[in-house]
Amino acid sequence: MSPPVAPPGWSRWLVPPAALSVHLSIGQAYAWSVFKPPLESALGLSGTQSALPFQLGIVMLGLSAAFGGTLVERNGPRWAMTVALICFSSGFLLASLGAATEQYWLIVFGYGFVGGIGLGIGYISPVSTLIKWFPDRPGMATGIAIMGFGGGALIASPWSAQMLESFGSDSSGIALAFLVHGLSYAVFMLLGVLLVRVPRSEKPVESGPSVLEGPQVSARNAIRTPQFWCLWVILCMNVSAGIGILEKAAPMITDFFANSSTPVTVTAAAGFVALLSAANMAGRIIWSSTSDLIGRKNIYRVYLGVGALMYLMIAQFGDSSKPLFIVCALVILSFYGGGFATIPAYLKDLFGTYQVGAIHGRLLTAWSTAGVLGPLIVNWIADRQEEAGKDGADLYGMSFFIMIGLLVVGFVANELVRPVNPRFHIPAPKEAADVVQRQHSEPA
Amino acid sequence: MSSSDSTPNPPDRRPLIVFAWLWVGVPLGYGLYELVRKATQLFTG
Repeated sequence: MSPPVAPPGWSRWLVPPAALSVHLSIGQAYAWSVFKPPLESALGLSGTQSALPFQLGIVMLGLSAAFGGTLVERNGPRWAMTVALICFSSGFLLASLGAATEQYWLIVFGYGFVGGIGLGIGYISPVSTLIKWFPDRPGMATGIAIMGFGGGALIASPWSAQMLESFGSDSSGIALAFLVHGLSYAVFMLLGVLLVRVPRSEKPVESGPSVLEGPQVSARNAIRTPQFWCLWVILCMNVSAGIGILEKAAPMITDFFANSSTPVTVTAAAGFVALLSAANMAGRIIWSSTSDLIGRKNIYRVYLGVGALMYLMIAQFGDSSKPLFIVCALVILSFYGGGFATIPAYLKDLFGTYQVGAIHGRLLTAWSTAGVLGPLIVNWIADRQEEAGKDGADLYGMSFFIMIGLLVVGFVANELVRPVNPRFHIPAPKEAADVVQRQHSEPA
Repeated sequence: MSSSDSTPNPPDRRPLIVFAWLWVGVPLGYGLYELVRKATQLFTG
């Protein structure tokens, strides 16, 4: 399948909504928790069992992004978005069948396995194309799409909850809700499939740079460079640090101010979690766009350096001032989102646009690792501290210092990033022709 | 006659751009509205 080339006069401003239609859909994954209580009561599942479809989905996201990236580069964004649409929607349809027949394995297989492939391919589908359309503002362009992934849960969470309220929380109500989700997302994602185009020329903007400017490195070569692994460490550390707050946000704010004159209620804690989601989403577009102005290395210095300072502030003074605690947590979460959204542009700076989507797919294994590492650290330490008889803010002190350590490791990795050694570059078309000519003219 | 005169003008894409942004903007706006409603509970709850 050849990539769809834009006809003359095609506007590049049609590409971000195409990307958003996919990312806003697959971002639903983070709203899976809405289905957990009804599934548990309808099918008699434990909390761990009801989390399985989501967990398998995230594992499949990482695997399909890592192994499907090269196919996405070869076949283009329309192919990738079509695969994402088919997998994500049919995942819901299979889950609907599973709920209707009360076969839970089918829900896990449908939503987690089949739908998870849709998540991974959908996540990387527009990245390379956006960077090619916006060589002058790659951070902003990928920031818009990746912001959509955060926004997807904001839409799905109240929408799914309302649907379950209308259809009922028994197995037939859940089956109907899954069915409506599958069909609605198929229609919604279709816009992306129909609108996405790759630019006609290497210079989509007259005054902007060429997409082939700078070094070009293949995905196979990229993973052999220290730069790739530095970025892997940076992403892993930044995400782990963000998850450290996200994972326990509601109990954390309650525990921090449990002994104060104004304790935080359950409702207020839910408001705090919602505010963190807003910061996460805003960070994706604001900080990623800022990276176009101040440079990728500098913005990661901010994410990791200032992020560590914010954690230090919470650890030292967080329990004495609620506004300080809230502001620091919001800044950390905005950096968490920013870190996700800026990484494709950082990859483009180092490895060029040649196979940036495939390289991005491989780098997302850092996300999967952090998804396990971050919650593990915070929960394990909080449990140990509780066993040791500590309470309130003391439960989290050690976790915060570990998070600071992780951010410092990420900061050092960022400082080690240098331009890629030219031996990893693919030859430019003219250079490649010269090499071939030299080889032919050399005596055998 | 210049070559640009003989090239047909590409269609006006503005209506399509508006439609595409509304397609994604309206659901996102709904999500943000629900988020703001929930987030205000931090100050009122």
